[in-house]
Amino acid sequence: MKDLRRQKVSFAATALGLGLLFAIVLAMGGIYRGLVEDATLLVDHMGADIWVVQRDTRGPFAERSTVPPGLEDRLRAQKGIASARSFSTATIQRIVGTRSLRMTVVGLSWPEDKGQALPLVAGRALRDPHREVVVDRSLGLVLGQILSLGDESFKVVGLTKGMLSSGGDGLVFATELDARAILNWQAPEARRVEREGRLARLGGTDLDSVSNQDRLRDERFIPPTLAPAPANAILVSLRPGASIDEVLRGLEAWPDVTAYTAQEQRDLLLKGVVEKSRKQIGLFRALLSIVSGIVVTLILYNMTVAKTHDIALLKLLGARSSVVVKLVLNQGLLLGALGYSFAILLAKFLFPLFPRRVMLGTAEYLGVGLLVLLLVTLASVAGIVRALRIPPTLILAG
Amino acid sequence: MEAVRAENLYKTYGHGATEVKALLGVSMVAHAGEVVALLGPSGSGKSTLLTGLGLLNPPEKGTIDLMGERVLEDGKAFGDLAALRRSRIGFVFQKSNLIPFLSAHENVRLILALNDQLGAETYTRSQELLEYLGVGNRSQHFPEELSGGEQQRVAIARALAPAPPLILADEPTAALDSTRGRAVMELFRKVAREQGTAVVVVTHDHRTLDIFDTVYEMEDGVLSRAEQTA
Repeated sequence: MKDLRRQKVSFAATALGLGLLFAIVLAMGGIYRGLVEDATLLVDHMGADIWVVQRDTRGPFAERSTVPPGLEDRLRAQKGIASARSFSTATIQRIVGTRSLRMTVVGLSWPEDKGQALPLVAGRALRDPHREVVVDRSLGLVLGQILSLGDESFKVVGLTKGMLSSGGDGLVFATELDARAILNWQAPEARRVEREGRLARLGGTDLDSVSNQDRLRDERFIPPTLAPAPANAILVSLRPGASIDEVLRGLEAWPDVTAYTAQEQRDLLLKGVVEKSRKQIGLFRALLSIVSGIVVTLILYNMTVAKTHDIALLKLLGARSSVVVKLVLNQGLLLGALGYSFAILLAKFLFPLFPRRVMLGTAEYLGVGLLVLLLVTLASVAGIVRALRIPPTLILAG
Repeated sequence: MEAVRAENLYKTYGHGATEVKALLGVSMVAHAGEVVALLGPSGSGKSTLLTGLGLLNPPEKGTIDLMGERVLEDGKAFGDLAALRRSRIGFVFQKSNLIPFLSAHENVRLILALNDQLGAETYTRSQELLEYLGVGNRSQHFPEELSGGEQQRVAIARALAPAPPLILADEPTAALDSTRGRAVMELFRKVAREQGTAVVVVTHDHRTLDIFDTVYEMEDGVLSRAEQTA
């Protein structure tokens, strides 16, 4: 290893380059774990036993789902069900200040859920049923900031950390009613068109009356939709001791809804939203590992070639083959260890700046560490074979 | 005491039209404390004989004994040739072939480490040898910081470190001027006399033949003992 003190800079630069490669391998795993974590965060956080969604859909995260009004009351009347609360979520993009902000609005079932279980890093949970929101800090909003969404203004009262949607957008928690108002908001022009349409339809019916026409002509009148804005799903909690299978069997007979356990909803979410990304990331990671292996092999082979003269001398002086093998293997392991250390440093300081969450745990670090060990060991084989073939008489050739 | 004895060595390179007979029944002996010169034109077989004696390039036929022990017979090795090389034979080359990233001290200790000799006594041994060869004050210097003559002295110290009964030197003064070249040859004689080592030197330099006890001449694979004029 003493030869490295003569090539500290080039060796460190090589290790840094390898470190970048290993860091990307590490990042790929972390990004996948982050995707899974983000995707399942809401399902896990909402704490429901059963998710009741629009018939034959896979729930509010995988596709559009709207459930009929009054479903909560029907569910509450079922045996074994302790509570049923509506759930709405959708991703919106609005201009806030000078920024175009993409956020996922989630409705909390007021007054049972005020967001007290959210991982707050600043501020508080909701205290009023209207015009308050708790937002994830990744959105870059600050406590007390006023957020204009639709016709209403919402005050940021709490900040969470790491609460992201499956698309990686920061979550905004409001009461269920506020959430639905935000998500079903229509622009004034759209409302004017609706009024015109209703006036026209009214004229063609025997329901037409002066008072109705006056109401519709009043610009302050906001026409209600034909039905209350629908929720995306109903979250059901069971009574203690109630059989989830029994409740599900009962719901199977309902023609307008489909019910999933929380685990099924989680699985659907992973298969629907994350599966393709997982395959893509997995494939990319495998390719990257192969590229890293080829790069490490070439580097170690060339480092061995650069030592041809010294290895020939050692062999001429009678060095055992094991000494030559150790020489090549040690340089490979040192390069791998140094490269991997750089990768860890990059992971610590660079990954938090990534736009998507990169989640790295002990298993991830250990897994990539073992991969690096395997790569440098296999890569060293090419160098070792080359080294063992160097004839000692090469020294005498001058 | 015979340090090395070679009997009836034959070595052929290539086949058919490209066949070259490098050694044709070569026999020689070098005793402990003796300095032996191998003279001859290029391509005469000197280096083949030297690599044969050094157990690097075994002849197809003939025998080689080291310190009275048979180590090669008709191409068959008796024992681990690499182990014999590191413990019983010292090598000195035309160029010093010191490892550039090791100091003079470390270069000498390297051969001891290869012989599984580690620890403080190797440091003492190395320092003693470097002082014995007049480069004790340069022990911490790297090869590039030493003159050609100093590098060769360190190389000789390395060859001597495991106290081998035989040193083989391949044109060790070719890269030096005549004064430094002669000094190195005299050093070999000193080593042979004082350490009881047999030194076999391949050389072209006729001006230093007076230093040698025995001079062999090689031509077309045939070795003969030369008449010494000095």
